[in-house]
Amino acid sequence: MEVQTLIGLEVHAELATKSKMFCSCSTEFGAEPNTHCCPICTGMPGVLPMPNKKAIEYAVKAGLALNCDISEFSKMDRKNYYYPDLPKAYQISQYDLPLCVGGYVDIETEEGPKRIRIRRVHMEEDAGKLLHEGWGNNSLVDYNRAGVPLIEIVTEPDMNSPAEAGAFLDKLKAILQYIEVSDCKMEEGSLRCDVNINARASDKSMATAITEMKNLNSFKAAVKAMEYEEKRHREALLEGDPTVHETRRWDDARGVTVAMRGKEEAHDYRYFPEPDLVPIALDKSYIESIKESLPELPDQRYQRFISQYGLPQYDAEILTSSKYLADYFEQCMTIYDNAKTVSNWLMGDVLRALNENGKDPSDIPFPPAYLVDLIKYVDDGTISISIAKKVFDEMFANGTDPGAIIKEQGLVQISDEGELLEIIRQVIQENAPSVADYKAGKKKALGYLVGQAMKLTKGKANPQLLNKLLERELN
Amino acid sequence: MRIKPEEVDYIAALSRLVLSEQEKNIYARHLSEILEHAERLSELDTDDVEPTAHVLSLKNIFRDDEVKPSLERDILLSNAPEVENGCFKVPRIVE
Ligand SMILES: [Zn+2]
Repeated sequence: MEVQTLIGLEVHAELATKSKMFCSCSTEFGAEPNTHCCPICTGMPGVLPMPNKKAIEYAVKAGLALNCDISEFSKMDRKNYYYPDLPKAYQISQYDLPLCVGGYVDIETEEGPKRIRIRRVHMEEDAGKLLHEGWGNNSLVDYNRAGVPLIEIVTEPDMNSPAEAGAFLDKLKAILQYIEVSDCKMEEGSLRCDVNINARASDKSMATAITEMKNLNSFKAAVKAMEYEEKRHREALLEGDPTVHETRRWDDARGVTVAMRGKEEAHDYRYFPEPDLVPIALDKSYIESIKESLPELPDQRYQRFISQYGLPQYDAEILTSSKYLADYFEQCMTIYDNAKTVSNWLMGDVLRALNENGKDPSDIPFPPAYLVDLIKYVDDGTISISIAKKVFDEMFANGTDPGAIIKEQGLVQISDEGELLEIIRQVIQENAPSVADYKAGKKKALGYLVGQAMKLTKGKANPQLLNKLLERELN
Repeated sequence: MRIKPEEVDYIAALSRLVLSEQEKNIYARHLSEILEHAERLSELDTDDVEPTAHVLSLKNIFRDDEVKPSLERDILLSNAPEVENGCFKVPRIVE
């Protein structure tokens, strides 16, 4: 039996407004608990919420960037449920008339490009934060986040593997960053993802019951959770094991998903129109003006990087996957003209160092001009490429300017023939057996001798010149 | 009656209310009467009427994205049943 995995995603992104969705409290992250709260966002009786114009604009912008139709008539609804992170015992959300409907995102897969359909994008308010650990039989509640504007992006179940879902999430994050409606900081909870996953026979004769996984707070965790569930569902389908529609929690430490226990399952949100908020009716010219304000999006920038800079597709794909990385690249290109060299540094050492330190391209600790300086020092022979890698590590650790590092540590490359010859003669004298090996035809011995010379110069010898002179001296 | 006591039970559970048998019967009757009253609307022909999104004819009431001072935390927490570390303290709720 041919089996297909079906994955649909619901992604919540906090919008980067200064104030909350329905009140004027600050949305700033990291404040003391419960200091960004007022009667409106803590659900006191008798208050009147008023929507933030900027949040509507950002949501429309996101909808347009995701190729959605923007509704000309939309309204807010109450989603009722009882939980301590929700001070009103309902969340203001959108039910039957969401702000944006029917878009898509194109992703790259192993089988080529693929279109993932977006069912809807709607607005809602965030809930508070519960602190469970360390309070015995109690939990603590911080309502600073309650009322922060969110968009929820709901896809169709168009992704057929965790890798495709991962590619979708990366692309979505890039788009939201490009249009600057969300800072997408997963570690601060500005981007969270719910997964719906099941398996189905390709002829649609059988399927497993859908598993929901909520609030996965990193893409890495989301992909790992999906890989685990994909395997579980496929096995259940092939073995004919019964499955139930359930919510499962990803246990990152153990690398497994666990079924959430029972009675909370029966959600009955009893949506009804929010009587405190009047409908939203956006006119065509407003929507059109936001459409015109959209910046270049990742797909367009990818095409431009190929045509304008002559970059390979792979390079363009990686560089444009992050707005910050693409911006950094283009700032380098305003003062330097070899695109491929800059791209190699960014895709190689820069991304490696960022990954090793768990950082984002927005965290590169030195300005583009420093990277270009480093490249120029290699170009003009001041330092060798291997020394440049060391200088880079120093720049990354301390944000220092490469010229200062080279000067302070005396790293300037030795390209003086006389100086190199002196070192070569010393090496030949001290390594008679290797010299004999070389003369006996063992060409490998040359590498050893080069290494010895490099050691004596602390890696500063000009490698091409050293090789040339050494061979000449030996023959 | 349209609403049975079991349905009152279910609605009460969603709202975390504990009701006596007597109260369940009373609310079943009240809720039924409300529904029956609203049911009268179905006698009207509403085929050509747009669903009402709001009783007011207003639309697009927005505010600018400006931060204003929030409430003093002590005032905010003054009605909390219990307070710890500047937070509302509630019975532990974890899966
Ligand atoms: Zn507030």
